[in-house]
Amino acid sequence: MSKQALMSREVLLTGAIVLLLAIIASRFPAFITPGNLANVFNDTAPLILLAIGQMIVILTRCIDLSVAANLALTGMVVAMINVAMPALPVPVTILISVAFGALLGMVNGVLVWKLAIPPIVVTLGTMTIFRGSIFLLSDGKWVNAHEFSDPFKAFPRTELLGLPVMSWFAIAAVILFTLVMTRTTLGRAFYAVGGNPHAATYAGIDVGKTQFWAFTISGALAGLTGYLWVSRFAVAFVDLAGGFELNVVAACVIGGVAIMGGIGTVIGAMLGALFLGIISNALPVVDISPFWQLAISGGAIIIAVALNAQANREKGRIILKRAEHAT
Amino acid sequence: MKRRIFTSMVAGMSLAAGLMGTSAMAQDNMRIALVVKALGIGFFEAAAEGAEEAAAELGNVEVIYTGPTDTTAEGQIEVINSLIAQGVDAIAISANDPDAVAPALKRAMQRGITVISWDSGVNEEGRMMHLNPSSTALIGNTILKLAADHMPDGGQVAILSASATATNQNAWIAAAEEVLPNYPGIDLVATVYGDDLSDKSYREAQGLMASYPDLKAIIAPTTVGILASCQAVSDAGKIGEINVTGLGLPSEMAGCVASGATESFAIWNPIDLGYSATMIAHALASGAVAEPGAEISTGRMGSVTLDDTNSAAMSDPFTYDASNIDQFKDIF
Repeated sequence: MSKQALMSREVLLTGAIVLLLAIIASRFPAFITPGNLANVFNDTAPLILLAIGQMIVILTRCIDLSVAANLALTGMVVAMINVAMPALPVPVTILISVAFGALLGMVNGVLVWKLAIPPIVVTLGTMTIFRGSIFLLSDGKWVNAHEFSDPFKAFPRTELLGLPVMSWFAIAAVILFTLVMTRTTLGRAFYAVGGNPHAATYAGIDVGKTQFWAFTISGALAGLTGYLWVSRFAVAFVDLAGGFELNVVAACVIGGVAIMGGIGTVIGAMLGALFLGIISNALPVVDISPFWQLAISGGAIIIAVALNAQANREKGRIILKRAEHAT
Repeated sequence: MKRRIFTSMVAGMSLAAGLMGTSAMAQDNMRIALVVKALGIGFFEAAAEGAEEAAAELGNVEVIYTGPTDTTAEGQIEVINSLIAQGVDAIAISANDPDAVAPALKRAMQRGITVISWDSGVNEEGRMMHLNPSSTALIGNTILKLAADHMPDGGQVAILSASATATNQNAWIAAAEEVLPNYPGIDLVATVYGDDLSDKSYREAQGLMASYPDLKAIIAPTTVGILASCQAVSDAGKIGEINVTGLGLPSEMAGCVASGATESFAIWNPIDLGYSATMIAHALASGAVAEPGAEISTGRMGSVTLDDTNSAAMSDPFTYDASNIDQFKDIF
């Protein structure tokens, strides 16, 4: 029963995406050619990566507003490392970006865990601190296309089995985290902590520590995306990806992740990100006034959330029931 | 109004005093202070270079390049006070705040010092004239010309701007649309908005390429937009088919020019700006009068004409391409 219900939410969203594509195709047929859809997926890859991290954080009844700032700071750090050491192999750069992003995530995690500060306040603070740090690091200067080494810029664009490497990162993350969330103790702990923190404590789960790991994962994914972003647009500066954290939260919410915690799937977050990605890629080609574009994006979010809010209410009960049966 | 009359009277008297001062010590070097927003900024270092060039051309002129260490109005006020104490002949300032530095500059004018602002202006009461790097009409014409110059057979162009509500970009685009009839064969097919976000600008550029397969040029009068468009065109493998142009900084655009995605782009030249500011300061300190309609010579840059607010525009934005980008990319 519960499994069917969970499936239906993803099915509903898939249906909405297909409908959306059909509407766009009626105005601009070339949009749904496989090549263009692959482009759209590739363009949405950073949003998917960030949405997975954000979903895990939201599951534990927290929120991470610092993801975009983390992305920008990590991006600037790897960009400056690349300028200083152009010969550094790309895999090492990626490892640095993941590690540095995770470190920044841990800062959020420790503050939430040890000092028990509300996550929205912590990440609002670190968001500003991270942005400020970029300015201090870079002196407000930009790192530009001609300053990066060629392998640094080429890596996310390299095609592998018809898709750019950046898309494969998103696909790999979806598979990896689906396994983590469904098959590991930590993954189940995220659900337990968000579903009912008191019950989770009684079951021997350290709520704060679980939240700490959620922030660390979100940070690591933001760090990885930082490298991909800087490399894709071949520029690093203070305002990089400004305001992008709101898109990430929107993708999660559209993907059926409950803001109250405990409910959400990796596939849902991915579909939510794709939904937004398709809208933002389609609006430029269907020739709509920029003011309408904003209104349409916003309207789509409200409709999706309204639908999900209805569904979530039922799901909440079902998941708790299942948890009851399980224990 | 009364105050305005008083101010202009004071300005007039101080000018007279300045005249007497200069004629009295004609043999001495004229000392012109170039006050910048902050020291150590490439753009202003380049402006100082231009000022030195003007000084060398004029002879008996000494340029004092100075400014605070951070971009604050307080720092500039200290600098101005010290310049008054030194008794310089002229101050040419790029202000950190149009209001805050005005009282100190008024005091300088009362002591007979010629005061002009350039780049970033000062309120009318705090300076004799202001030199803008360029004007809306000149910029609008330039961005269109940059695209048209590389399209001998005409064709489609599109504009990728910052946000739909950006005042200066909208003014430039309106000016470009006004002169569009002067460029026969050039067809402006769309104006889109990238909001000065890399990812949105990149998508808008992709959208332009998808919607208009025959597009010949993307004009982006914003630094974020021009870079993102250049990257989108490179990634789409359309270098050579679509020319990305507009307004950008040489340090940021070097990669695009090297890859060939950008044939040329424009921005005001800080060297010319420093040069012209010095020329004007010298002319005013030597007796020229700053009043609406006055024409002041700026040496190799020609001359500027003052408008109702005693402001003037220097010239067309300076065009950068493969031939001069290496010279400027380390400057600003």
